[in-house]
Order: sequence, then structure tokens, then C-alpha cells
Amino acid sequence: MAAPTKEVVLKVRDVVVSFGKKTILDHLDLDVYRGEVLGFVGGSGAGKSVLMRTIIGLIPKVQGKIEVFGVDLDTATEEELIAVEQRWGILFQQGALFSSLNVRQNVQFPIREYLDVSERLMDEIAVAKLEMVGLPADVQEKYPSELSGGMIKRVALARALALDPELVFLDEPTSGLDPIGAGEFDELIKTLQRTLGLTVYMVTHDLDSLHAICDRIAVLAGGKVILAGPMSEMLASEHPWLKAYFRGKRSRDGGAAKDRK
Amino acid sequence: MNGEAALTGTRTGDRLVLTAGGAWTAIHAHDLEPLVDAQAQSSQPVRAVDIDIAGVNRLDTFGAWLIERLARSWSARGIDTRILGLRDDYRVLFEEVHNSNLKPLPPPEKTSRIVDALESIGRTIVNIGHATLLIVQMLGAVTVVLGRAILHPMKFRWTSMVTHIDRVGWQGVPIMLLVTFLIGCILAQQGIFHFRKFGADIFVIDMIGILVLREVGVLIVCVMIAGRSGSAYTAELGSMKMREEIDALRTMGFDPVEVLILPRILALVVSVPLLTFLGSMSALYGGGLVSWLYGGIDPDVFMARLREAISLDTFLVGMIKAPVMAFIIGIVACVEGLQVKGSAESLGAHTTSSVVISTFLVIVLDGFFAIFFASIGM
Repeated sequence: MAAPTKEVVLKVRDVVVSFGKKTILDHLDLDVYRGEVLGFVGGSGAGKSVLMRTIIGLIPKVQGKIEVFGVDLDTATEEELIAVEQRWGILFQQGALFSSLNVRQNVQFPIREYLDVSERLMDEIAVAKLEMVGLPADVQEKYPSELSGGMIKRVALARALALDPELVFLDEPTSGLDPIGAGEFDELIKTLQRTLGLTVYMVTHDLDSLHAICDRIAVLAGGKVILAGPMSEMLASEHPWLKAYFRGKRSRDGGAAKDRK
Repeated sequence: MNGEAALTGTRTGDRLVLTAGGAWTAIHAHDLEPLVDAQAQSSQPVRAVDIDIAGVNRLDTFGAWLIERLARSWSARGIDTRILGLRDDYRVLFEEVHNSNLKPLPPPEKTSRIVDALESIGRTIVNIGHATLLIVQMLGAVTVVLGRAILHPMKFRWTSMVTHIDRVGWQGVPIMLLVTFLIGCILAQQGIFHFRKFGADIFVIDMIGILVLREVGVLIVCVMIAGRSGSAYTAELGSMKMREEIDALRTMGFDPVEVLILPRILALVVSVPLLTFLGSMSALYGGGLVSWLYGGIDPDVFMARLREAISLDTFLVGMIKAPVMAFIIGIVACVEGLQVKGSAESLGAHTTSSVVISTFLVIVLDGFFAIFFASIGM
């Protein structure tokens, strides 16, 4: 389905990851193209988060090759790795905000570390980023422990976007949000993706998110990507797991669209 | 294609045309900001400003904001400002930054140093009062739970207590033995060195015996326990508090004091006297060894002299103090653990104050014991 002209931002080839004797990812291949929103789905424990953490280098792989922006992460030098890390942003499932820094300092952290800019510009950029993710400027002085779950996700997203990355990894961005909040968050991701021209790699379980904002969906089962394509392909597939997932009781076609928790 | 970011100004009549070019992105922000500020602060008399950004080939939030800041600096002075050559794919980003930072940043609150100093003194005093109250409260809660445990011994969490005795007592034996042994050696060496000057080497044995059994053994063990086990208690309870585990216990109808705190404190109360005994023996052994090797006092002489110098009371004084101090260390550690708030910093702060407060209280208590034992003639 991918037109040959599209630029591949993230290329995963033949990746194997195992914990002890258990193989989680089994010769997995995946491409992510520039400017798309890729939804990554799979059963609980199928290894969605493992793949994300492998790509960003938190889990070692047994074999395989991962290229981000055309840089092979295994053979890259320290400088190349840092350059890649400045071009991606990561939203962890629980937010992973630094608990001893306030919201402003959290958002400014990567800017302060990587760019040499004035305090004034940092303050203004922090406000701009917070307003982009839909937070009022007066949350700046609050600490992560004083924020609600939805606000933590938003601040974490603002931090992930602090350096204006080209590629954003989102690990279950809408989990733990109420349906309205989740819908708003989807909108936000779509808007930001358009505004900043982001490529979004999103691990999710949220069928509404998949319908609403994903250009393409990749399905992980049995340690492999069994299908990658737009929603129409997912709905047309006769694979039993896909049928159960996209056409099951809780799916839109199952007639229970409002059944979301 | 990513030419160096640039900003140049040309004047035609009373119209200023600023031409931006290159990559206006985060990595160039360091160079762009002075350019923008220089243009924004120039006080040339102009009536209209055009910012031409057609030459910008890459743009992100940083670049867009800097252009917006430049535009605002003119329009704030009532000068007609236009942004020209805006590409369609940048339009959304510009709208976004155009609507941000509308309210000026609140100026940092200014306070006088004297007021700050007074405030911090006041806060410290209030905190001390608060901490004392919490300790008293915990004493009460533990006593109630202890009473309940005595009435229903089957309900007491023996397994938990034994686990903690293993961690606090048994696993602590080697380091306690080593430290007290070294202290015994040092006391003997210093004693012999100085007492020898007036030929009183033999009294070193009296000094070691009394000092070790009454004070040093129990104090060293308690300070070590506060650092080794008190801090661990605080950190454990603190991280359980942070992850809402303690709230979960409470909602299931369990009393955290009964489930978590009483077994921990009783484990300390059992372990510390045992460790004190072992530590005192180890210190005496070290003292004897050094007296023999360094001071030339035969082990037989040492034993005989020791038997005369100390009585059962000397030994008891040390041993009576041990469980009381263990109780205080446990109470302080648990109180501090339950005070931990959401952040990692708070966990660190409370672990620190757990060790500091319990060490302090151990020494203060030791002073009270000294007065008490002196007045009853022990």
C-alpha cells in the first residue's frame, strides 16, 4: 500500500527479542513512513510495549536491525545517537514526569540540556507547548503529584514535543482517560501532527483512536506484524484475532461504539 | 537545503522589510534569538513592518515563536506589522503560536530576605511541633495495636516479624561485629597510649569494660541500625505510600499500623538487644586483643581485671537501653515513611530526616538514661 516515494522514518528488520527462554518478538519487520500516524495494536502481553522499548533502546534485542532516520542504532556513534534522540520524543504510559521538577521545568528539561537558549525563550516555549497540548499556563508551577491523570499525560506530551521532534512514540496515550478526555487527546494528537508535521507511532488499545486518527494500523500477534494497513484492510481481514478485535462486541461494527469504558 | 538561518532588514522610506531565510528550527534558536532581539529593539522610526518569511525552508515551534515575538514587538508599539510569504503548511503552526503567550509571564515574587529568614525559622518550629505530635500519635497507635496483639497473639503477623528479624538482626550481625570490634581496638589503643604516661595501663581494662558495656556498644549498634534499618523502613513505607499501597490496605479494612508497622518495630526491639550483646562482646574482644598485642597485658590479667571492674549492673545498663532505643528508631522510621508525598525528592528528604532524627533521639535518650541510672545508683 505504501507508495515507493514515501520516506521511511523508522525501519525495523528481523528483530528478535526474548526474555529468558520466552521469545516475545520473533523476526519482526515494520516500516513507519514520514508524516503518518501509525496505530500499533495487539493483545495484552503480545509485546507492543516491548517493541517500542526495543526501538528506543531500553530493551536489548537478540538480533535484527533498527534504523531511525536512516541511522542504524547498533552501529551509530555516540554523537549520532544523541542526534537521533533529539529528533524523537517519547510519551511513556504513566507519563514518567520527573517528580521533583515542576511542570515548567519538566517541559524545559530537554531544551535546557540540548539547546543553548535564553531563559526568556525557554519560558515562552514552555508556555507555548503547554498551551498547544491544551493546558492553561498557570499549571506551570505545579508538581506532577498535584496533577490529574489526564493532565500528567498532557504535560508528558508537551515534554515529548519540547524539542520539536519529527517522530513521536506514544505508549497508550488515551489509557486511563475518560471517553471525552480520550477523544480530546486524539484530536490533540491529530492537530499537533498536522501542525508540526509529526510522524506518530502510537501503541494503543483504543478502537476510537484507531478509527479517528490513525492513517495506518499495524497488528502484532505471535511476535510478528501480521498485517499493516489502513482501517479498511483491518475490517476486511478474515484473520480470527482481527475479526474479534475490530468486529467484536466492543467494536463500532459490533454496534457497541458507546461501550467504551 | 538547510541554509544558515538569517534575518536581514532593509528600509524603504518608512517601511521596514525584514527578510528571514534558512532553517528556523530549535537547533538554530541560539543564533536566531539575538538576531530577532536586535531587530525588535532597534528604535528606527518606521510606520510599517513587513516580515517576509518566504525564504524560510524549515520551521518549527521555536522558529514560529521567534517570528511571532518579532511581529509582536512592533505591533505592540502600534506599528502596522504583516507577515508575508507564509506557506500553507506552516499556517496552522503560526495560528497556534499566535494564540499562545498572550498573557505576560507573572513576575517572580519578590520577598525580603529578613522575611524569608523569619518565615523559615517559623516553619521549622511548626514542623518540629508537628513531627513531635506525629511521633506521639504513632506511639499511641502502636501501643493500641500491641495491646490487641497481646490479647490475640494468633492474629499477630509472626511471619512478617521473623522476616524483618532476619533482615535487621541476622543479616546485620557481620557488620555490627566488625564495627564494634574496631571500636574496641581503637579504645584500647588510645587508652593504653595515654594511660601509660602515668603508669596506669592496667586501668585501661576498667575503662574499656565500663565504657563498652554501658555506652559504646549500645550507641554504636543503635546508630548503625538507624542508618541501616531505619532508613530502609522509611524508604519501604514511603514508596508504598507513593504507590497508594497503604491506601489500598486501609480500604480493604486493614490497619497499616498492625500489618506493616508493628512487625517492623517489634523486629527491631528483638534484634537490637541481641546485636548490642554481640557488639559489646566483640568490642571487649577487640579491646582485649589490642591490650595483649599492643599493651602487653596478658589475656589472663585482662580477664581477671575485667571481672573486678564490671558488675552485672554495668552490663544491664547497656542492655536495658537497647530495646527502648530500638523502639524509638522504629517509631521515627515509620512516622517518616508515612509522611512521604508523591515525589522522589520527598522520599529522599524523609529518609534523611528519619536517620537524622532517630540518631539524635538515641543520643538524647542516652543522656536521660545516664541521669536516671546515676540517680538510682546503677
